[in-house]
Amino acid sequence: MELADIINPNNLVYEKPKLLTDTTMHYCPGCSHGVVHRLLAEVIEDMDIQDKTIGVAPVGCAVFAYKYLHVDWQEAAHGRAPAVATGISRTNPDKVVFTYQGDGDLASIGAAEILHACNRGENIVVIFINNGIYGMTGGQMAPTTLIGQVTATTPNGRDIGRNGYPLKITELIAQLPGTSYVTRQSVHTPATIRKCKKAIAKAFQAAIDKKGTSFVEVVSTCNMNWKMTPVKANEWMEANMFPFYPPGDLKDSSKNDPASYTPIKN
Amino acid sequence: MGELRLMKGNEVIAEAAIRCGCDGYFGYPITPQSEVMETLMDREPWNETGMVVLQAESEIASIHMIYGAAATGKKVLTSSSSPGISLMAEGISYIAGSELPCVIVNVQRGGPGLGTIQPSQADYYQSTKGGGHGDYHLIVLAPSSVQEMNDFVELGFQLAFKYRNPAMILTDGVIGQMMEKVVLADYIPRLTDEEIDQKYGSWVTNGRKPNRERNIVTSLEMDSGRMEQNNLRFQEKYAKMEAEEVLFEEIQCEDAEYILVAFGSSARVCQKAVDLARTKGIKVGLLRPITLYPFPKKPIAALAQRVKGMLVVEMNAGQMIEDVQLAVGCAGCKVPVLHFGRMGGIIPNPDEVVTALEQKLIGG
Repeated sequence: MELADIINPNNLVYEKPKLLTDTTMHYCPGCSHGVVHRLLAEVIEDMDIQDKTIGVAPVGCAVFAYKYLHVDWQEAAHGRAPAVATGISRTNPDKVVFTYQGDGDLASIGAAEILHACNRGENIVVIFINNGIYGMTGGQMAPTTLIGQVTATTPNGRDIGRNGYPLKITELIAQLPGTSYVTRQSVHTPATIRKCKKAIAKAFQAAIDKKGTSFVEVVSTCNMNWKMTPVKANEWMEANMFPFYPPGDLKDSSKNDPASYTPIKN
Repeated sequence: MGELRLMKGNEVIAEAAIRCGCDGYFGYPITPQSEVMETLMDREPWNETGMVVLQAESEIASIHMIYGAAATGKKVLTSSSSPGISLMAEGISYIAGSELPCVIVNVQRGGPGLGTIQPSQADYYQSTKGGGHGDYHLIVLAPSSVQEMNDFVELGFQLAFKYRNPAMILTDGVIGQMMEKVVLADYIPRLTDEEIDQKYGSWVTNGRKPNRERNIVTSLEMDSGRMEQNNLRFQEKYAKMEAEEVLFEEIQCEDAEYILVAFGSSARVCQKAVDLARTKGIKVGLLRPITLYPFPKKPIAALAQRVKGMLVVEMNAGQMIEDVQLAVGCAGCKVPVLHFGRMGGIIPNPDEVVTALEQKLIGG
């Protein structure tokens, strides 16, 4: 068999989504962001909604998310992405709007904005990357840092008396009548990546169908600031993050209770 | 002529927004401006023009909703009062840094801190010198009547879109709460999405069309060289505003030996003070800056060449006086520029102004 027979469009089984730009990503090797970006690109491409999708980037490691996905983007202030998305979505109800936020952005400085956007049932998709640490600023404690977890600002481990408890914000959000689909996923194995893609697609469909807010948490690794190899970080995540942040659907209105959300009036 | 009505300043902001084809209002209640959102909610413009009105969870959220909508080319407005504007400072800086158009109404109350709910002009510095972090300016319009509250909504949008820069209507509890007759503007239809694409397609983030590259709205730039270039572009824009957009009014300045300089409701008080002083034989005129940024430096400098003194009257401890002194000083004039102000929500009366003029400038 000649090389040309092998490198042939007919044999193509895997390619870069067209919506992913050629810009070299700034993420550390082993980081989960790149995988989630790819899934987003695949979902938006599969659904053919790139001409009406607007992304809202956070402050944090994903601050440059707008460089990598070939759709219109806005860069929000720290924590304010859900308010920015509300402004876009309310004045452009036929558009598909998503925010992409980390745990510091969403669950700490932006706690008010995310809770109220979800409670109003804004027709937006929220992608929430939870790796339990501040990545961009160098590994400080996040609201989701586990008890005992060592970070730059908890050098002896997170102490409840000093730092309070890790915040299960996704559980809070699942209680709000404005949300229709709330799920917790991961992207550390081929199987979980495929599952996460389905969840993201479902979240986008819910927003298109104007069913209220859909919220996809992706429990992720930050091997660099966790100071582990990527493989070790995946193992640590399974052993330590999953017991506290168990993967799975927290709420799915399409299955159980379609009346559990109240559609917004514009 | 348009429809004549008797209305409160705050109500007129709402009515003018609907009529000028505004796409959305996002706000949070605060005295003394809550009638803006109350009037909008009562008017239900979503049934009439399709305008969206949303009560946000905070001023912080309101201004970031404005950011999101403005970045899609929509004509959007928010309003608040002093403590709320401080909360919005973050978002306003981002809006200026991302070069987005919007109109922000500040119905000032006394400060600092929670302050009072009575009228004040103590946010002059905050409004005209930036207010948030970074080198930026707002276009600042200071209405002195309910009619101007009406007129400056559309004017604010025109300037905001012309320069892709936030515009502020800087008013206070007097103008917001008082009722006057007002000629309402005729309706302007809201832009369609196609019109927005046609006019603002080069920057709006309303979905990447097949005929264009993706648009990105951001104030972030990691390269300091490029960030300086951005700043230079902003400065060019501000210089153009200073050259082309200055608005002011001169009242009885032709034969004046003394000039009062005052904006907004202080200018209304000073109008009466001019009349009172003239019955006493003192030749006084009033210069009223209408745009506080860009500031009317030239007309002030021109008056300074031929008068005996200037009294800057403000409802604050002396803020605009710095710009007046700069304008006069830069023109090489030595004419005295003094200040009379009341603070904390107190409105000066015209007699006080005349007395201050007599004691500080004429007798001094």
